[in-house]
This record gives sequence, structure tokens and C-alpha cells, in this order.
Amino acid sequence: MAAKSIISRPVYGTLSPQPGKHHLFVADAEGALAIGEMAERTPPGFFDGAEIVFIPGPDRKHVAALEALKPAQFHEAPSFASLLPRLRQTLANAHMGLRLYLSGTEGLIGQAMQAALEAGIDHTSIQTEHRGSLARRMQCVHCKGITENVTTQPATCAHCGLLLLVRDHYSRRIAAFQGVCINAEDRSEIPPMEEIFR
Amino acid sequence: MSTGTTKLDVVVSDVVPVNDLVTRFHFRRRDGQLLPTFSGGAHVVVEMRDGERTRLNPYSLMGSPLDTREYTISVRRDDVGRGGSLFMHRNVRPGHEMVVSYPVNLFSLDLRARKHLMLAGGIGITPFMAQTAQLAAEGGNFELHYTCRTASLGTYADLLRERYDRRVRLYHDDLDERIELDRLLSSQPLGTHLYVCGPAGMINWVRERAATLGWPSETVHFEHFAAPQPGLPFDVTLAVTGKTIRVDEQQSVLEAIEAAGVDPPYLCRGGVCGQCETNVISYDGKFIHNDHWLSEEDHRSGCKIMPCVSRFEGRSLVLER
Repeated sequence: MAAKSIISRPVYGTLSPQPGKHHLFVADAEGALAIGEMAERTPPGFFDGAEIVFIPGPDRKHVAALEALKPAQFHEAPSFASLLPRLRQTLANAHMGLRLYLSGTEGLIGQAMQAALEAGIDHTSIQTEHRGSLARRMQCVHCKGITENVTTQPATCAHCGLLLLVRDHYSRRIAAFQGVCINAEDRSEIPPMEEIFR
Repeated sequence: MSTGTTKLDVVVSDVVPVNDLVTRFHFRRRDGQLLPTFSGGAHVVVEMRDGERTRLNPYSLMGSPLDTREYTISVRRDDVGRGGSLFMHRNVRPGHEMVVSYPVNLFSLDLRARKHLMLAGGIGITPFMAQTAQLAAEGGNFELHYTCRTASLGTYADLLRERYDRRVRLYHDDLDERIELDRLLSSQPLGTHLYVCGPAGMINWVRERAATLGWPSETVHFEHFAAPQPGLPFDVTLAVTGKTIRVDEQQSVLEAIEAAGVDPPYLCRGGVCGQCETNVISYDGKFIHNDHWLSEEDHRSGCKIMPCVSRFEGRSLVLER
């Protein structure tokens, strides 16, 4: 569970079944556990109108457990990038009443939410639950490049190579934390790098 | 005192009968200046000086927000109501000098919406007159479903059809035409916001169906001006000002407090905005809560009352005013 800090830092809740007939789940890795726990509290027939899109880890753990919920549709994807066109298509064809549930890593939640916001869903009406790694998706404020799976503080920008302080300042629009050069005054000053977003 | 608002000295520039029940009133500033800007869905509180008695009734502004030379309201005559609408219909003529509040909007459009789906019932059409004008000017995407009793009582139905053509759908009770609500709500694109204004039963029905069909509450907007319900007279002690007042059958607690010379904050006078929320110091009896502001828990606790619409039956009531 992520620690509370500044107001732009997203906070996540616990998935809970919402009213309606159409439910779309997007999850990665341990996010499957959040769906499984919520399923214990869903009314009968809930998953008859549900679609689950899941990015499993390399061991394909949790796939069988999600399939056992018997959602109307189950789709397995190797990466977020590979499921994005399908997610956008689903959202473009969807109607009001579709409820969205996002669970897993912050990168997954943030990027799926970004697609949902583009489709006109209000972020306050999306159910989220953080599970698994605290690794961050970071945007370098200098070159604008995105670096995925940042676990250290500071972190090196994968694009321009600057050493960046990974801030809690988060952009919903680009679904990333902001990274700001940590030694702009004196590049020879290299603070120790610690792994803190595990 | 209306919170955060000042008063506008206006003159009635026109009075136009619209149909058997509804009359439209036009107000201009007495000093000839433009009126303050407003957004679709805003209302003003109109002060009606009727002899000894002053009534303060909220009415939605129905003119285009693009035109602030005048404010227009439409008043439906209520023959068994508390008399405000009858006063407007019988006593107010062009040239009449009146005072209205600055506009306040508790029913504004969410302009992030991809589409605005509007449901009006009867005189609940008035805020949509302003909202549709605002959206049409910006090329906004909207659809209006308007239920009225009969074609002749369909206030502004012809005008709306003429202005917006197929974006307006009419339903007449006497022809047994009904909105297919579930189908309508289930076929809206993502990013649609829902707006409903009309009788309480209609608002409750629409909100209930929308919630059941999975519409997030953030996307469902409603406005219900609950006119204060009449009831048995009762006495109230105002602890701060040390006054004891009587609330008459046709009066609200708020009106009785004002009549006693105490000036509490208010905004909507319809139980929705929360401004006049008042602490209860002690009571012996039961509350008749008519507001949409306090939580059920607040209602049960007996610690708070909305004096604009709620009443009391019992031996004693002491308020922190």
C-alpha cells in the first residue's frame, strides 16, 4: 500500500462490486488477487456481464483462478501496450453503465485510467486497488521521456540520462510520476541511489 | 442574508402569459446596466413584498446566459401553494420595482461531459432553457426529453422543437406517452452526464434507475426546489438572539426567523444548498425533515435542521440562532 503524501499522489481503494450490468476489469499479476477477493462479495450472476483483461506474470499465475470466475469474456495479454488497442475499442463501444475496476501495479492502474479518462469516464467513478510492486512509471520533466518500472531514488532517465529525483507529483494525463534533475547545480554531485519502490 | 450574494434592484420589463398556468416575467436593472453573468441552471431568489409579508422564492433563470440585458423566469401558478406564485401572477405588472438576488447555480452543467442528457418534467423545463441555449452556442452535444401533461401545457415545447429540432423529444401524459427510461439510460455513450429537473417522484425514479443501471453518482445531476410544505403551527426558541417565534401553517422556519428580524444565511431556500443548516440545542417532539442536504444520520440525530423546508411537531424546539 502506497504511503500518503501530496494531494496529486494517487490513492487507491479496495475493489467493491458496483451496481450495473456491465463490468470491465483490467489487472496485472497480483491484481488478480484483488478481483478474487471482491468476487467473494459479488451478487450471483455478477460475472455474467463482466470482461476481465489480464496481464499475467511470466509464470501465468492466477490465470486459472480468474477463468474460474466465469466472466463473459476473459482476455490474456502479454503487456499493457498490447492490450491498449483492445481496451480503447471496448471503451469506444461501451455505454453509460459500464463500471471499470483496475487492480495491480500503479503503472497498470495509471495507464488504464488514462485510457478511461480519454473515453470520458470520471476518475472518481473508477474502482482501483493497488497490488504488487511499487515500481513507478516516471516522466522526465526535462526530455519528457517515460521510464517504466523505476524502483530507485534517484533514478536515471532512460532517454536523456539525467539523474532524476522521483517526485510524488503525479500526472493523470500522462499517467506518470514526475522526475526532476537532482543535481542540476553541480552534475558531479551524485547522491547515493537506493531501491525504495519495490 | 443570502450568503455570498448581493441584491439587484430590478424593474419588471415585461409580463408574458405563456399558457393557462405559466407566466413569464422579464427583469431589467433599474440603473440600465447589464445584469451579472450567469451559467445555465442558475436561479435567483425573488423578493415579493406582499403587504406585511415578504416572500423569498427561488426561480431558475431561463433566458440565454449570453444575454444579460435581462433576466427571465417562468412561474407556474399554484392555486393551493403558499401564495408566492399567485402573488406573481396577480400583482406583478410591467414597471413593478422588485429586488432579486445575484444568480446562484446549484444545477450547473459539467462541461467535461461528452454528452448532456436532460430530462425535464413540467415546469422543470426552465433551467434547461438556459442550459440548452448555453450548449447550443458552444456546439455542445445535448438531448432533451421533456414530459408534460398535455400539448397545451407543454411550456416552451414548440419553441424548443423549433430551436433544436430532433434533439428535443416530447412526451405527453394525456396521450400516454412515456419515456422508455431504462432503454434511454442504457444506450448513452460513455462520458454522458444526466440532468433531471421536475416533480420529486420523477427525480427519485430517474436517480434510482440510473444508479441501478450503473451510472456513477458523479454523472447524475438533479434539481428539486422543494417548496416549503405547510403544516401545523409551532413555536421555536432562538437561543442566540433570545427570541421566541411562532411558525405559522404556511410559513417556513426560515421565514419565521427572518420575520422576527434575525438574518440567517441562506442560498437556495429549497433544502439543497446547505447554507441555512442550523444546530438544534434541544427539542421535545419530532422533526419533519424535507431537505435533500442533511444525511439520514443527521436526520436521526435530532442535532440539525434545515429551516428553509423542514418542520417540527411537538412541545419545544430550541435552535442555535
